[in-house]
Amino acid sequence: MSPRAAWRLEQLGFTEVYDYVAGKADWLAAGLATVGPGSAAYRAGAVARQGIATCETEETLADAGGRVADSDWTGCVVVNSARVVLGVLGAEDLAAAGEVAAGSVMRIGPPTVRANEEVAPLVERMAARAIDSILVTDPDGRLLGVMVRADAEAALARAGGL
Amino acid sequence: MPTPAHRDRVRELLGTGAQLVEVLPAHEYDDEHLTGAVNIPLKQMTPEAVAGLDHSRPIVVYCWDSL
Repeated sequence: MSPRAAWRLEQLGFTEVYDYVAGKADWLAAGLATVGPGSAAYRAGAVARQGIATCETEETLADAGGRVADSDWTGCVVVNSARVVLGVLGAEDLAAAGEVAAGSVMRIGPPTVRANEEVAPLVERMAARAIDSILVTDPDGRLLGVMVRADAEAALARAGGL
Repeated sequence: MPTPAHRDRVRELLGTGAQLVEVLPAHEYDDEHLTGAVNIPLKQMTPEAVAGLDHSRPIVVYCWDSL
């Protein structure tokens, strides 16, 4: 629909028209601001912790471990310069510390959800699989935060959703 | 010819004053829309409906997704 609308605007005399092809779905999945009653839904992006330690593949476990100590989560996400998620280091990986490169130890391709994932069904799925936390990324794979199941359950309880 | 824009480019354009138009039906816009967007459903995109848009500023249009 948006391509046709963009062309329609040009037909009506507008000369600088952009088509946001990926649209509202993409915007929501990236956790960006919206308005309206639908925006009040409990979504992963809203409950995710954002102060997460990150490192790049060539950095050491010692580097990563130092950042985790000052962060909101026990793990460290391995990202590239564009903040695209490449892997994750859990607390047990970081315990080894030392000069080993993060990229050689990280768990590759961790599961992720988009920011607009509804929290209640997500929490159910995580509980069924004994998953305590999950990375939240935008549609381009860039890290937005980590949703910790306990945080989400607490938020739902406060909202009366449990 | 309209220019396809990725989300990052859309955010840049909005930051410099571009106009944002949701072209979905009104009930979809009313439920939830991008902050700052106005609603001009495609089916109602007449010269009168767009008269309030500024010809001197870029316009970004969007619908639900690319499908």
